[in-house]
Order: sequence, then structure tokens, then C-alpha cells
Amino acid sequence: MNESNSVQRQVDAVYRAESRRVFATLIRLLGDFDLAEEALHEAFAVAMEQWPRDGAPNNPRAWLVSVGRFRAIDTIRRRTRFDASLAELAERIDAAEPDVRADEDVEDDRLRLIFTCCHPSLPQDAQVALTLREVCGLKTEEIASAFLVAPPTLAQRIVRAKAKIRAAGIPYQVPSIEDLPDRLDTVLQVIYLVFNEGYAASSGPSLTRADLSGEAIRLGRLVMELLPNPEVMGLLALMLLQESRRAARTSPEGDLILLADQDRSRWNQAQIAEGRALVQQALSSQQVGPYALQAAIAAVHAEAPSPATTDWTQIVGLYGLLAQIEPSPVVQLNRAVAVAMRDGPQAGLQLLDEILAEGDLANYHLAHAARADLCRRLGETAAARASYQRALELVKQEPERRFLESRLRELV
Amino acid sequence: MKFICLGYFDEAQWDRLSEAEQAALMADCFAYDDELKRSGHFIGGEALQSVKNAATLRYQNGKVTVTDGPFAETKEQLGGILMLEARDLNHAIQLMSHHPGVRSGPFEIRPADEEINAQVNQSKTLETNVY
Repeated sequence: MNESNSVQRQVDAVYRAESRRVFATLIRLLGDFDLAEEALHEAFAVAMEQWPRDGAPNNPRAWLVSVGRFRAIDTIRRRTRFDASLAELAERIDAAEPDVRADEDVEDDRLRLIFTCCHPSLPQDAQVALTLREVCGLKTEEIASAFLVAPPTLAQRIVRAKAKIRAAGIPYQVPSIEDLPDRLDTVLQVIYLVFNEGYAASSGPSLTRADLSGEAIRLGRLVMELLPNPEVMGLLALMLLQESRRAARTSPEGDLILLADQDRSRWNQAQIAEGRALVQQALSSQQVGPYALQAAIAAVHAEAPSPATTDWTQIVGLYGLLAQIEPSPVVQLNRAVAVAMRDGPQAGLQLLDEILAEGDLANYHLAHAARADLCRRLGETAAARASYQRALELVKQEPERRFLESRLRELV
Repeated sequence: MKFICLGYFDEAQWDRLSEAEQAALMADCFAYDDELKRSGHFIGGEALQSVKNAATLRYQNGKVTVTDGPFAETKEQLGGILMLEARDLNHAIQLMSHHPGVRSGPFEIRPADEEINAQVNQSKTLETNVY
């Protein structure tokens, strides 16, 4: 009993450490997600049976790939009974004898898998679902609950995405050098989207969902390990620096605590140190991108021992750079808030009203909340009230709603 | 995770098939069930007799009434259930998509409610303790 438990534990440990690598390689060898998933399960089933008897192999990963591949060929041959078109497939896979020991190939397979799951021809919600299931190994039910959708809805998204990959013949490869920046950008967007859903859930009862942020950081580390590019560094740094404040961002009752009111002793110093080192590295590279700049802004906040000592001049400058390489109304909004901190609420409000006049942020609750706060600081109570009310009409998340309501009540 | 797959089929259409056609279809289904057993995904299954042999109970006005025939008069009726062990819903979908039975009628895949199953199992334990 004890011995079988220890083998079970060993197989479980190998599953956690290696299953995604084995899966990525099996997709390349078998040319199909579903076949690879079956082969992965078969390989682990055989391991459970053989390892207790014969001992674990020296190279479990190579063993699992090899067993999975042979089992898949057997399975396909047996299934020709149901589908004659499979015979040719079995022969093709059988004929291509792979070298399953080369570590380089295996790492490339993981990168291939990420780029395939984040292929631009798939809708973004499908990219996210596929990445979390196939790259991170989360279950359909876990992803569905993290994104507050019903499991069958999410399952269908994944089924459709895989069908699209098959039908469109999306190649299982790392993009060429000229396509890499755009394709990598899609991958980073998916990771950041997962992180943000965990950092500031778009709807639902709680402000943050730690599981998704943790998964996004793990993904960021994986891409960083496989493709250490300045923007990957920037994104990982940004996520670590944002995540470092998690414990301080909500009260025990689940209410939101603003940056200025947070207990900074509760910020995670290990994450801040790692994030800052990555920012330095990213900023010293030739091309500084939007993630590195956002990370640099987060680092300025992280470095300030108190709100009063925050270097707002530097933050305004960084938002200015960010607005140049990625002009967006949200960046302008953040810059206006930073200007208000540096030069006073009047200067900030003037900028903010110019941005609101453009119209893009008319339905963005944070723009109205920011305006309300500036008016409140200027003592313009009526204007503050109107903006809080507009923000309340637009907000979708409970803790944010409670925060805005309490600010509105405090206006005398 | 445990999934229960409800296999529906059109009895009238099935009855119109020749015996040889029926046998061939059944053989395919059995072969695929064997596939599922071999890979450890098949936990159990039951084939159901015709809805002609079904009795339906209802509680109405304080008493139980019995009618013959199925609960719902639909073209497609439940023909069998299969219990499947799969990693998640997508894995279950993937496994059942290859089942030849899906060609004769829809499959409904439902995750087992393990919370309630745990309560049921607990009450069994209690009984053995009492008796």
C-alpha cells in the first residue's frame, strides 16, 4: 500500500513537472491536439502500471513521449475500424522516427504550443481558454469558474478553436523572425489579459482572483525562459510589481483600498525586488516597449516608502513616453491623474476634461471616478457628486461599487 | 472527473434497420466501449430496453400515479447510459465524439454531482453502522 502510494506520488510529480512538455512534443509528433491528449493519458496509465514493477526510467520525459507515440499509432490503427481515413495517418506518424531526447526540441515544442494557442486567427477568448488548458494544464471547469462562465460554454470555445486549428491548418511552429514581434505581442496580450482578470476582475463579487494572476505569472516566466525578449521581461516585471500589492489592496471585508491608503509594509518585497531588477534589464535594452514602461511606472510606486515621497515627476514623464509609443485615451487618463498629483488637482482636471471631451472614455467608469476625485479635492461638491453618480452607473464590480458609494456618501 | 453520458436514439428509425445493420452498429459500439475500457475511461454502462417497456411514476394530488411509456413523448429516447472517467469536460467531449453511437442519436454529457454522491455514500456508511 505504502509502496504503491509512493509510486503514485512519483508519477504525480512527473505529471506536474513534465506532462505539458510531453503533451507539446506529442502534438508535434502526432499533428493533432486530441490525439496528443489521448496519448498523454495512455502514456501515464502505462507508467502507473510499469514503473512500480520495473522502476522509473532514467529519462521519464523521453519514455513518456515514446510510449505515448507508440500507443497513439496503435490507437489510430484500431480506430481505422471506425474511420478508414486514419490508416494513412498511422503510417505517416510511424514512418517519422523522432529523436525524443533532444531538450532543445522539447523547449521549442512548448513555444510552438504557446504560439499556436495564441494564433491571431482565433478569437481572443479562445486564445485565453486554449492557453490556460493546453499550456498551463488547467481543467475546463477551473477556467470556466475563473472567468465566471458555464463549463459547457468554455468547452465549446475550446472545441471550436481546435476545429479551427485543424481546418485552417494552423502550423505548429514558432513564427519567423519578421512575424515574431506581432505574434509575440498577441501572446503577451493573452498573458496580460489573464493577469488582469485576476488582478481586477471585470465583474463579480470579489476584487481579485489570485489563481488567475498566479497562472499568468507562471506563463510569463515560461515565455521569459523560452524567449528572453525585453517586452517579455517588461510584462513579467509589470505583473510581479502589481501582484506585490495584492495583500494590501483589499480590506478583510473585501473592500478596495487605494494605493495612497495601503499599508506598504504588506507589499511583497521579494516580488518588488524581482520586478525592479527585470525593469532595469528591460529599460537598458535597445527597444523599450509599453510593458517595460508600465512596469517602470509600477516600480516608481513600489520604491516610494510613503505616498508623499512618490516621484510623480518621473511618473508623468514615463506616461508621456508611453503615450508616444502607444497613444491611448486610458494612458492619457493615467497621465492626467499623475499630473494632478504633481501640479495639483486643477491642472489634472483641465487635462482630464480635454480627454473626456474626445469622447472615447465617456463610458469608462474609472474616468468619471477620477474626475469625481479631482472635483472633490477642489471642493466642487456638486460636480464631484455628478461624476460619482456617472461612475456608479457604469461600474460592474461589487467592491468598486461599494467604494464609489462610500465616497459619494462622504461628500457633504 | 466522472461524467454520465446519456445516449439518445430514434427507436422507430432503429426498428427500420435490417438485423445485419443493427448488428454491425452494435458491434462498432462495443468495439469502441472496449477502446474506452482499455484506456481506463469506461467506468460502467447500461443499455436500456425499449420505451415500450417503460413505466413512469408521477406524484399528483397526494398520490402516485403510474402510466405506461416514457416520461416524455419525444422522437428520440434514452437508449443507454455510459459512465466515463475523464480529466475534464473537454476530455469527455473528445472521447465521446469518436463513439459510433453518436451517429445514431445525440449524446448528452453530464458531470456527476460528487457533492451529492458523497452525501449518498455517507448515508450508506451510517446504515451499515446502525445495522
